[in-house]
Amino acid sequence: MKIGIDVGSTTLKCVVLDENDNMIFHSYERHFSQINEKTIALLEQLKNEFPNMNKASVAISGSAGMGLAQRIGIPFVQEVYATRLAVMKEIDNPDVVIELGGEDAKILFLSNGMEVRMNGSCAGGTGAFIDQMATLMGITLTQMNDLAKSYNKIYTIASRCGVFAKSDIQPLLNQGASKNDISCSIFQAVVNQTIGGLAQGRPIKGKVVYLGGPLTFFSELRRRFDETLKLRGICPENSLYFVALGAAAYSAKNSDIIIDEVISKIKNSQAGVRSKGTKRLFSSEEEYNEFKIRHDKNSVTYIDPTTYYKGAYLGIDAGSTTIKACLISEDENILDSIYMQNEGNPVPILRQFLIDFMTKYPQIKIKGSAVTGYGEELIKNAFSIDIGIVETIAHFTAAKKYRPDVDFIIDIGGQDIKCFKIKDGLIDNIFLNEACSSGCGSFLQTFAQALGYDIADFARLGIYSQNPVDLGSRCTVFMNSLVKQAQKDGATIADISAGLSISVIKNALYKVIRASDASDLGENIVVQGGTFYNDSVLKAFEDELGKKVIRPNIAGLMGAYGAGLYAKHNIKGNTTTIGLEGLLNFEHKVRSVICGLCENNCTLTINTFGDSRKFIGGNRCERPIKGKIKETKYNIYDEKRALLESYKPIPGKRGKIGIPLALNNYELLPFWHTVFTMLGFEVIRSPFSNREMYTNGQHTIPSDTVCFPAKLVHGHIEYLLNEGIEVIFYPCLTYNFNEKKGDNHFNCPVVAYYPEVINANVERTKDIIFINDYIGLHTKSTIVNGLFKALKKHFLDIDIKEIRFAVECGMREYKLYQGKIRNKGEEFLALSKELNKKAIVLAGRPYHLDPEVNHGIDKLLTELGVIVISEDSIAHLGKRVETNVLNQWTYHSRLYTTANLIADYENVELIQLVSFGCGLDAITSDEVKEILEEKGKIYTQIKIDEITNLGAVKIRVRSLLAALEQREKEGEQVEQKI
Amino acid sequence: MSRKYDRIEFTKEMKNEYTILCPDMAPIHFGILEKIFRLHGYNLVVLKNEGSSVVDEGLRMVHNDTCYPALLVIGQMLDALNSGNYDTDKVALMITQTGGGCRASNYIYLLRKALKKSGYENVPVISLNAGGLEKNSGFKITYKMLMQLVAAVAYGDLLMLLNNQVKPYEINKGQSQELVNTWIDEIGNRFEKNDAWGLKNIQNVSKEIAQSFSKIPVNRTNKVKVGIVGEIYVKFSSLGNNRLEEFLHEEDCEIMVPSLMGFLMYCVENGVIDYSLYGGSWLKSKTMSFINGYLSKVEEATSEAVRSVGNFVVPSPFMHTKEIVDGIVGLGCKMGEGWLLPAEMVELINLGYENIVVAQPFGCLPNHIVGKGVISNIKKKYPNANIVPIDYDPSATKVNQENRIKLMLSVAKEKINEPEIKESMNFEKSKELILQK
Repeated sequence: MKIGIDVGSTTLKCVVLDENDNMIFHSYERHFSQINEKTIALLEQLKNEFPNMNKASVAISGSAGMGLAQRIGIPFVQEVYATRLAVMKEIDNPDVVIELGGEDAKILFLSNGMEVRMNGSCAGGTGAFIDQMATLMGITLTQMNDLAKSYNKIYTIASRCGVFAKSDIQPLLNQGASKNDISCSIFQAVVNQTIGGLAQGRPIKGKVVYLGGPLTFFSELRRRFDETLKLRGICPENSLYFVALGAAAYSAKNSDIIIDEVISKIKNSQAGVRSKGTKRLFSSEEEYNEFKIRHDKNSVTYIDPTTYYKGAYLGIDAGSTTIKACLISEDENILDSIYMQNEGNPVPILRQFLIDFMTKYPQIKIKGSAVTGYGEELIKNAFSIDIGIVETIAHFTAAKKYRPDVDFIIDIGGQDIKCFKIKDGLIDNIFLNEACSSGCGSFLQTFAQALGYDIADFARLGIYSQNPVDLGSRCTVFMNSLVKQAQKDGATIADISAGLSISVIKNALYKVIRASDASDLGENIVVQGGTFYNDSVLKAFEDELGKKVIRPNIAGLMGAYGAGLYAKHNIKGNTTTIGLEGLLNFEHKVRSVICGLCENNCTLTINTFGDSRKFIGGNRCERPIKGKIKETKYNIYDEKRALLESYKPIPGKRGKIGIPLALNNYELLPFWHTVFTMLGFEVIRSPFSNREMYTNGQHTIPSDTVCFPAKLVHGHIEYLLNEGIEVIFYPCLTYNFNEKKGDNHFNCPVVAYYPEVINANVERTKDIIFINDYIGLHTKSTIVNGLFKALKKHFLDIDIKEIRFAVECGMREYKLYQGKIRNKGEEFLALSKELNKKAIVLAGRPYHLDPEVNHGIDKLLTELGVIVISEDSIAHLGKRVETNVLNQWTYHSRLYTTANLIADYENVELIQLVSFGCGLDAITSDEVKEILEEKGKIYTQIKIDEITNLGAVKIRVRSLLAALEQREKEGEQVEQKI
Repeated sequence: MSRKYDRIEFTKEMKNEYTILCPDMAPIHFGILEKIFRLHGYNLVVLKNEGSSVVDEGLRMVHNDTCYPALLVIGQMLDALNSGNYDTDKVALMITQTGGGCRASNYIYLLRKALKKSGYENVPVISLNAGGLEKNSGFKITYKMLMQLVAAVAYGDLLMLLNNQVKPYEINKGQSQELVNTWIDEIGNRFEKNDAWGLKNIQNVSKEIAQSFSKIPVNRTNKVKVGIVGEIYVKFSSLGNNRLEEFLHEEDCEIMVPSLMGFLMYCVENGVIDYSLYGGSWLKSKTMSFINGYLSKVEEATSEAVRSVGNFVVPSPFMHTKEIVDGIVGLGCKMGEGWLLPAEMVELINLGYENIVVAQPFGCLPNHIVGKGVISNIKKKYPNANIVPIDYDPSATKVNQENRIKLMLSVAKEKINEPEIKESMNFEKSKELILQK
């Protein structure tokens, strides 16, 4: 008999074949990381089922099986390879196999040149991802599949990795989008991820086979694949067991193995010695008790509402995964509070809480209310809340009440980390996590559930861990695979729990705050947010800092408490807050529509509440809400876009030439357009990017970790090809124009050489003239000679004189274009002073102009009443800065110069846009930050990727503005006192 | 007021008293380099410290999105300073500085930032570079030293090449590695006696080395042949690549790692290529040509030595790899490993090492282009190529990396063991054939 065992990241699968290769046994179960125990149980079961079998050939496969196989000396077969063995045996003439597992995605091309592809380390899980999303929505996996059967529309959800998708889904949930639509969109995201990330330009066609858990269990996932690929794939009967079948087939080569021996080997096998391990959290029970007692001292008083007859203030914190609310008395004690999972819709939960309170204590009158958090707008509209405030202010207000001399506040919530540094009673610096490293609290929770534990029990286990696993401090997807590794090495659940707590802290400290030393944080540190209820997390934080911190007993409620305090301090007149009657007759309806007011075509979710109250979510701008708002006046990004659009094609004798409007061409268009128009070409440029364009090019992207602006190039090239353009000009540019603001004038490697990637991966460029020669932009002669060499290959009649003249014209036009932008920059700077209006330099790279890249952040700023300036429009005013890094890239030199320049302007701030995956910005951002902070400015960074969720960005920008406003207010007060 | 930190110069006085710490990259090469520096009066120590404290220091002190090599190299140096093994008032650090459009040219600045943050701002940092970027009165590469360093690189490559081809087949386990260690010491002695550098000496010593390796008793079996290319640090350093070479040896493979000399010559050659693409200084281009002319002779001396003893695969000269990359990527692509990386892949395929691991730091910018970016071009030209790019970073797990390498190896092993399956893989074609019949 042949036994094949497949130990995946989450499940254990086994098949037994008889002499004729008939499957006589199969099993499938989650192993909850207890690989040794489950395998022994499985083998015992086999012994019972087949009492006569004491010998068999055995092989192990699966990502978590490698360690086990090594330890007990059983042959191991790589799982993709095993799949192939099984598919070749079981299925006639397959062309493509798509196999999704707990955390891996694989595509096998079997016909016409075999190729196997597996997701890279970054692309995250698929089965685990669907699990996480279901947890997020508070539904079971079966429900999710059923919901997806009747959907109305599919939302765009970032398909790059689980964390990104999560940040897309969360706001949808908070805005009240239907779970049917979201479920279906999640499946579609998995499909896009698989096709985009793995097929890499190779078409999936012919006989397609679906394998693995997710594709077996979710009929709707299969349907999404079918519809996207425009074919009907097959999901064979034993689709769960192909890896195990392959292992069984592979085992045939091996001599018979005695089952009892295997069992005793597993029992005796010492899990691999774990080289990595960190200090345990508590060395003894006493230490833990002392710790408990110390923290229990930090409490806010709850008073009995039955004997309270005065007014109350309502504070609400509608977080990403939880809803928190509290009612506080006139003397700022808590009357009642709630802390619950929002299960995707916080409205009914809050409604019930308020109804209960108002019916039970009719003598208490609510005198004011404030709301903060992701769901701020929704809740504000639903319950006619008086004020909406940004989270940073809510948290600071609460912490200050608690500890007036607080130096540092760190809040770890379900989805995000917020930290503020306080100096002289003012917010001095704000740190928010990037979209990439989110999923802190909710990550712990989903992990606990995946391992079969309740979060509270899971956290408790960590306290007693003997040898916490070192899980690093990167994004959650990496942690998933690190946990896999730890499991392989035999770590206990306790060790994993403690390890996860430590990594949450390391992530916060080193990724978000970027602290190198505990003293960076100051003396009095207040920790808050639900995640800090977890004692392991709290202790890990104290250990890592080497300092004792304060955790209020209402750590998870601090946002709501702060909002309540804020309401109490700021509401003087009558409150608008909804009354009992309104609550009882409450109605909440949700529908989704496409906006259609501009080319973005946002999907809007419209919430209506009883009478006429309405809340619209999903919009990127205010137009659908406020009607056509007046054109934003002071936005250089708009001006630049309009300028670029003014370069129109002019028909010429040499026919059409295409230029992709991507990466550096956002700056070079005026130059190339003029050069080629002068040479008699009709210059066709691709339009500003949009989602559809990105999707059209997605299948040819070879590196899934390259920055989003580079990925967009593929879409632009596809656009030009679809337009029937037969000559595309996209040169490799090692050197950029020399603006003499740095030590050199390079382009970054990706900008410089992306044409090579296009050439290698977009097959259709072979059918046309694709000019991607190397041209040096640093001097006129290198441009002329380079261009001549590149063009004369294809256009024999072109001569160098003609080119020289065209290049001269191009350079003149480029100067002219630059002059226009610079004039605008100077004008806006002057205006900000004149009108005493805040101006923000939205600093990045030329391609951050693309609305699909910046997601409309420039518009968001103007809507907040800010003048938007770009770095290239004012860099010329500044002097070359001395930097402590090598200042050798043209675009980056502008950043340093601008940062240094605006530090002297009172009304001007800087926000740096950083594209996810931009390696150079790891260097520039620290330097820009230093330059600004040396002069007392707040540094703000916004990391952007393909996600379209502006919620986090809004919080960040509002926090910055609120902090500045507070600074100004205090400044005035100080002046008055003097 | 200048916001720039003052650079601490490495002075003549320091030369006598200070220990210079240098991160390890390629153990064989750096072992020899260490001896040369000592010979010239520098108390150089190549760091061997590893473990989680190295990575932790790196994570703490360097921006986490910076490339993994920077994180490791800086982490390793800080960890050494923290270790208490060195008097931090009498220690200097040495790091290479390449220049060029890759962010790697910023390592020395990131190191200084990290030193400042950690309170070691008084520790001088010596930049080891070819372009005269930063000067130190107490540190000077003399002509003789330079020639010795060149020879050291050649010997390092030679030992690495021979060891890689003997170790998997040796009958007495450990013999080859032992011989490598013996030679590292012996080469040091020869430098001392002044008869290991210069073309003539290199020729002689290389022959001796090749002969000594050819005498190790071996049992040549048919093993999977794997080539390793990638970002220069991660490719060579076991700290960077999670002991990739060891893993491949355990998996019963023979490996081939393209030479360090190739990388040096690539850096020099870019001066020549730049001139042909953009013009500029004729003299500089000629100088570069001249240097590579000499290096080619050194390269040929070691290759000839290997050829003369037979039985070993001899890599093609560098100038040849420059030619074979035509049609894969342009020669103007010169940041990071640039065009050399795909060129090395093609060279490996030509030598019979068609299974290739591309070791790259997670998010390495040039590798988006010359690694993952152009693999499809190589596969079009060489359909048998079996290439797997592997990302390395502080949180990437060994199990994930090894799993992907194992997948690559499964395909490779199949090709060796069962040529008939290889046939059936192309069963579409065979089906057509049958139909035709």
